[in-house]
Amino acid sequence: MLQTQTRKDRFTLLKKNLSTFWGVYRENTMGIAGLVILLFFALMALVGPHLVTYTGEIEGAEMVLQPPSAAHWLGTDDLGRDVFAGVVVGSRISLLVGLAATVISMVIGAIIGIAAGYYGKTVDTILMRFTDIFLVIPWLPLMLVMAALLGPSLGNIIFVIGITGWAGTARIIRSQTLSIKERPYVERARAIGSGDLHIMVHHILPNVFPLIFANTILVAAVAILSETTLSFLGMGDPTRMSWGVMLHFAFEMGAVSFGAWWWLIPPGVCVVLVVLGFTFIGYALDEVLNPKLRRR
Amino acid sequence: MKMRGYVLRKLGQTVLTIFVVLVFNFFLFRIMPGNPVRILIRNPKISAEALQRITEQFGLNQSKFVQFGYYLRDLFTGDLGHSFVYRKPVLDVIMEKLPPTLLLTGTATILSIIIGVILGVIFAWKRGSKLDVAGLSLSLVLYSMPSFWVGILMVMLFAVYWPIFPIGGMSVPGTYYATIWSQLGSLLRHMLLPTVTFALILIGEYVLIMRNSLLEVMSEDYMLTARAKGVSNRNLLRRHALPNAMLPMVTLIAMNLGFIVGGAIQVETVFSWPGLGRLMYTALMGRDYPLLQGIFLFVTVCVVGANFCADLLYRYLDPRVKS
Repeated sequence: MLQTQTRKDRFTLLKKNLSTFWGVYRENTMGIAGLVILLFFALMALVGPHLVTYTGEIEGAEMVLQPPSAAHWLGTDDLGRDVFAGVVVGSRISLLVGLAATVISMVIGAIIGIAAGYYGKTVDTILMRFTDIFLVIPWLPLMLVMAALLGPSLGNIIFVIGITGWAGTARIIRSQTLSIKERPYVERARAIGSGDLHIMVHHILPNVFPLIFANTILVAAVAILSETTLSFLGMGDPTRMSWGVMLHFAFEMGAVSFGAWWWLIPPGVCVVLVVLGFTFIGYALDEVLNPKLRRR
Repeated sequence: MKMRGYVLRKLGQTVLTIFVVLVFNFFLFRIMPGNPVRILIRNPKISAEALQRITEQFGLNQSKFVQFGYYLRDLFTGDLGHSFVYRKPVLDVIMEKLPPTLLLTGTATILSIIIGVILGVIFAWKRGSKLDVAGLSLSLVLYSMPSFWVGILMVMLFAVYWPIFPIGGMSVPGTYYATIWSQLGSLLRHMLLPTVTFALILIGEYVLIMRNSLLEVMSEDYMLTARAKGVSNRNLLRRHALPNAMLPMVTLIAMNLGFIVGGAIQVETVFSWPGLGRLMYTALMGRDYPLLQGIFLFVTVCVVGANFCADLLYRYLDPRVKS
């Protein structure tokens, strides 16, 4: 009885908070623009691949490297494949890799950040030393070396991006945990005999969650850029078309000197738009969640 | 804290970082699926005896611990292994490709810092103006672009559609230059496009940091005091605001080194610039593992070392940290 009552209260509170949040967020032009961009690409990734045909078969020599026309809106590539269809199909892999890698980074970052901040002392020193090492190692060579050794596959590229992108998040979450663990309710929880794990999961995690969420947006932007760069440098799965893999093939096949702009520009523009979409939302969230920045 | 204690602590951290990188590098190249000798030899038809002999020769039949000892010994004698593709010691290949990279990244970094600081000061001074908003939006867009893609756009614009610059490389292969000046001229023509691309990639962050840092300093009380004393705008900026606002730039330049290395790999690949970045791409494409491992180690140690120097420099420059 008591349990359900609390649940209901919690739900009403959540609903109220969300509607207040949306009320403020709605006023933010940048935030809405970012949201529209991301919704567009999410729709493209979910529905798009069912609407276009991108078989990867050679359509015939006369259809190779054609500039845009009514039949092929964005022209064709060196194998006569439709570039527009490639961009649509590629959106799915690009977004999938970006989001999956972000989830890995956030989970590692949250665990290390909360553990370091909560336990303090030796645990904190060791974990933060480790984090600093990750922050100082040049990220692209590290990812390239790992990807080259593991071999080009979708799972490996997700793993490599996820495992290298958590250090900044861990630092931010640690500092927030440091302030939260001093609050009275944490002390009360400890006084009634709650264990460390219980406190971390039920008292600290919910309070650092907004921060994790805001950080996710920025990490996702970096993850999408990383996927594109790694794939461009030949570390992507060549059988799974993504925007980065497409740019890799275009570059290797000499699209630059051929002047095949229709093959090089569209995938790049998609990456830039998605990254901008995430960045816009990141800025907007910062403005909404941080009252100091809010304009009146 | 005393300066000596600080230096020692930072030095300890740096050594620890490098050691962790060494251990990581050692094990990373040994968790690969398959027999390392087979990967090393790359000949599927190798006989069992030859395989055995090579395994013993490389000490691969010893324990991992002993192997790590050999690895460290080789490193300290400058032996980074043998490149598959170049058929030369890895260190020799790296040293050969280092000067072009230093030339390109050095020029681009200096250029982007100078322009970035100037633009940052202008934007901060004219805060909220159309110029400021336009500049910020442009920095944001540049920041969202994959670096290699900026390079591709530049090549297409200025070397393919409007061919005023060479498409790549550092010189025209097979050309003999009559004078050193014509050689220098050719180098400059080849260098301009990659340098500008690189500077474009780096500049956005410098502009943003410089602008925010200056805005922060300008809201300090001592700036108001200086203004009240009747210090001219020009002196206010040059003597009171800039020295303090420049401080975060020192840290940023060091922190950015990892990003600069990443940029070098992409820009050099797109422009066929014969440096370390392109070497890494060649090593990746040719699955030249010893070379790949060598470049990674070399680059990481350089970046970690540079960060150590920047930490010391920052402490020397900012008297507030000393007390």
